[in-house]
Amino acid sequence: MSLNDILDTLFPAGHAVAVANRVITGEAQTAQGPVAVLGTTDAAAIDHAMALALSGFVLDTVEQHPGRPLVFLVDTSGQALSRSQELLCLNGSLAHLASCVDLARRQGHPSLSLVTANAVSGGFLSFGLMADQAYALAEAQVRVMDLRAMARVTKIAHERLVELAGTSPIFAPGAENYVQMGGIAAIWPAPSAALLDEALSAVRQELGTGDQRQSVGLSRGGRQLAAGITERVLNAPLGA
Amino acid sequence: MIPAIASRHSWFEATARRRVGGLLDAGSFAEILPPAESQPSPHLAQLDLPGAFDDGVVIGSGRLAGQSVLVAAQEGQFIGGAVGEIHGAKIVGLLRRAVREKPAAVLFLIDSGGVRLHEANAGLIAISEIMRAVLAARAAGVPVVALVGGSCGAFGGMGIVAKLCSAIIMSEEGRLALSGPEVIETVAGVEEFDAKDRALVWRVTGGKHRYLMGDCAALVEDEIAAFRDGVTAFLAGWTEPEPGLAGLRATQQRLEHRLAAYASYRDGLQVWAALGIAQPDDVPLLDRDSLVALKEGLPT
Repeated sequence: MSLNDILDTLFPAGHAVAVANRVITGEAQTAQGPVAVLGTTDAAAIDHAMALALSGFVLDTVEQHPGRPLVFLVDTSGQALSRSQELLCLNGSLAHLASCVDLARRQGHPSLSLVTANAVSGGFLSFGLMADQAYALAEAQVRVMDLRAMARVTKIAHERLVELAGTSPIFAPGAENYVQMGGIAAIWPAPSAALLDEALSAVRQELGTGDQRQSVGLSRGGRQLAAGITERVLNAPLGA
Repeated sequence: MIPAIASRHSWFEATARRRVGGLLDAGSFAEILPPAESQPSPHLAQLDLPGAFDDGVVIGSGRLAGQSVLVAAQEGQFIGGAVGEIHGAKIVGLLRRAVREKPAAVLFLIDSGGVRLHEANAGLIAISEIMRAVLAARAAGVPVVALVGGSCGAFGGMGIVAKLCSAIIMSEEGRLALSGPEVIETVAGVEEFDAKDRALVWRVTGGKHRYLMGDCAALVEDEIAAFRDGVTAFLAGWTEPEPGLAGLRATQQRLEHRLAAYASYRDGLQVWAALGIAQPDDVPLLDRDSLVALKEGLPT
């Protein structure tokens, strides 16, 4: 589905969105008023320029439109893989983008992300997973690494990984696994203005409740240890 | 025996526990969830891989120069310090505890390649939770200081986490980046990044380069005592600022300016020359003090 089709379906009341260097910025009308629309398209490999375009737009929104919701559209194949990018500390630009999204949250901007096609590691961490809630379209690919590459790096047989992937959401690619793990709130069968409206209401209601992904992952059965471990660390007696 | 020599302990070569022991005031460290009260990762066991009772990260409380601190130390010798479900949840818990207890600082001894692939989804989400928890601790007024000088450096998601901290204290041996050179070489070819060229890897990701560029706050010798002195000195002069638009605008401007100036370079030597260093070829040979002196007056 093309970006324009996705935008038309999500925002039937109108949108004014520009795409430059695979970076989406603009605004759209929803049943709940105007929202900022931003993100990446065409499986963008996030580099400094893209990260700074997004962070600059987040800061503009915080400055010019207090409280305006942020809707991130995520289509990223990860981070740009190049020496010149690393030379200028690419992790620093991605951290800056994450800090800007976090500032928006602190200043009362509800945020959600929708994975439209691909969401991979560093690119996903820097904005999609920084939103209050992440959603994914049904055909979206969400992963750290595909199973063949994972087999090569971990030196575990590909067949063994495929076999385990059938029973465990812990490592295998797939948006459904991220739903079970609490990293993605829900999968949308298709772009939908009604689902977006519901999601915006949900993030508004949960504004200020903090990061709930561990407990969601626990209640869905995908991440059975994390919530309990964090709780034990929080409650361990002082000086013991 | 010369005392000065006898008391030297390499940070790079030390284990996580040894680093914590030497960093904090003697005898002050109290571990939270010590191995006896913890469990190894069942996800590794499912793959018939050996686990560790601390899952590769040591957390607890202690004192630094008399002040109470919380500390997390990743063990690079265990699966590259990579973040799995339990490992990540321990760090998240420690950072959330900092919001409640308001220690003088959280010291984050990073030694990690990022996500543990054997638990990739749990690791990625955990790193996202750590990112938010670092920013929450800082917003609560608690400085979070990253110490980077271990054999695994700070890569992947942990490279992002390091840059979310109040400051990074680094040794020359430390490395800080997003993608590892091996990954770039595998995907983009050896012409793009020769991961076996150690000198090049350090000129792109190493402590000296990050210090000259202002991406880490302090450069220290590869000694546990030097990290202790470095972080103590940093904290003595630091008050955690409230998160705000002005600060992030300033960072935005600095990063945009830097990208415009240096985007075409591919080697530290080129950037150092552009920074105004007359003899960039000498930089890899300089000792720590000479490099710090060289940085005085350079723009970043």
